[in-house]
Parts: sequence; structure tokens; C-alpha cells
Amino acid sequence: MNKVLFFAHLRDAVGEEFLKLDASGKSVGELKAELAAIYNLPKVDTVMTAINEEFAQDDEVIQDGDEIAFIPPVSGG
Amino acid sequence: MNFQISKEPIDIQSVIDKVVQRNAGAITTFIGTVRELTKGKKTLFLIYDAYEAMAVKKLEQIGKEIEERWEGSQVAITHRVGRLDITDIAVVIAVSTPHRADAYDANRYAIERIKEIVPIWKKEHWEDGEEWMGNQLETVAYPSGKPEESDLNE
Repeated sequence: MNKVLFFAHLRDAVGEEFLKLDASGKSVGELKAELAAIYNLPKVDTVMTAINEEFAQDDEVIQDGDEIAFIPPVSGG
Repeated sequence: MNFQISKEPIDIQSVIDKVVQRNAGAITTFIGTVRELTKGKKTLFLIYDAYEAMAVKKLEQIGKEIEERWEGSQVAITHRVGRLDITDIAVVIAVSTPHRADAYDANRYAIERIKEIVPIWKKEHWEDGEEWMGNQLETVAYPSGKPEESDLNE
């Protein structure tokens, strides 16, 4: 199983802080596209992804137990 | 504990104290505060949210980058989350170095990197609405779903 975290406007769109689902074997890009379609996520072309708290590329493959986070453009500071 | 996300108001002095060192000839402190007017639009208050575990790691990474780039430097950063009113402190960055020029440069580097890689978001609340803000540079929201030409040219 994988924990998938959402932040900022993505959290508003999904309506949850996180989802538990099985994404192992999928690439980051595949999971992003799947969830974008299901939840009609806005602005996904600007969204970065983290696996286990480190930025990951779209072609990286998700392992069982990985924590995934979708990271919209940041606005701290 | 030099890199922290805080739900409570930031004590500036405690951030500075973390970088006090005998070899320092300078400590620069950057204090980021909540501005009322952005391009003429009045902000009522902000909500900051963070992916806390990763945000701390990314702040630590910025600290390492600075220590590698500016010899003898020490860095401490605390970023606030939660509701902030106008004039409240959102972030405090303290950098100590042997010489003053490096302390200024390294501190500037820290805030620019925060705006690029640290997973923290702010939601602007105005009199007529609210929006998560969204580009790394500052305060551009993309209501159409992607940056407009005019955004890219700023």
C-alpha cells in the first residue's frame, strides 16, 4: 500500500489530506495522470512529486510502502 | 534543530542564537513578514501550510548548500505555519560567517532557495475571496490552470 499526500489546491480538489492506495509498479507520471483524471485535478502540469520526502521524476517507479506526495508550486518565504 | 517549522510565533532571538560562533564576524537576519498590499490588492490574512517532514529536510539541504558554498558559515531557519495576520513573521533566517559580505549573500541565497524547493504553501485571503498561491517566484495564481504569457514575463 502507498500513502499519497495532497497539499494546497490539490487537497481542496481531492477533499482529503491523503489517500491509501496501491500504486506499486506504477510510475510517478502514471499515478499523477490517473489521479488527475479521477479527481479532475487542476494545474497538474505544474505539480512536482516526492517519493519518501525527496523530489522524484515522472519516470520513477513507485515501490510498495513508498509515501508519495504531490507538490504544487511552492509559495513559502 | 537549526531548521524548523513552527505553529507558534517565531522568537527571532532564538533563531539568531543558534548561529552564534566565535569565528563569526557577522550575523545577518532575514525576517519575512506578511504584507498587506500586493499589486494594489488588500490581503486580510494568510494561511501557511507545509509538508512538514519534507520541508524540514529541504531547509536542512539549503543549510548544507550554504555551508559548502560559504566557508565557515552557520545557518538557522524557522518557517511559520498556520494563520498569519498582516505584519506577522512568516520566516526567520539567520546566517553567521567570518566576514559580512558572505553573511548577506548566503542569507539572500537561503530565501531564494526556500521559494524554489521547500514544500510550504500560502493561501491568500482577500475581501472578495481566497486562493492558494502558486509559483516559485511569488504570488501568482493560475486560475486558468497554467501560467499565462503575462505571468511568464514578470
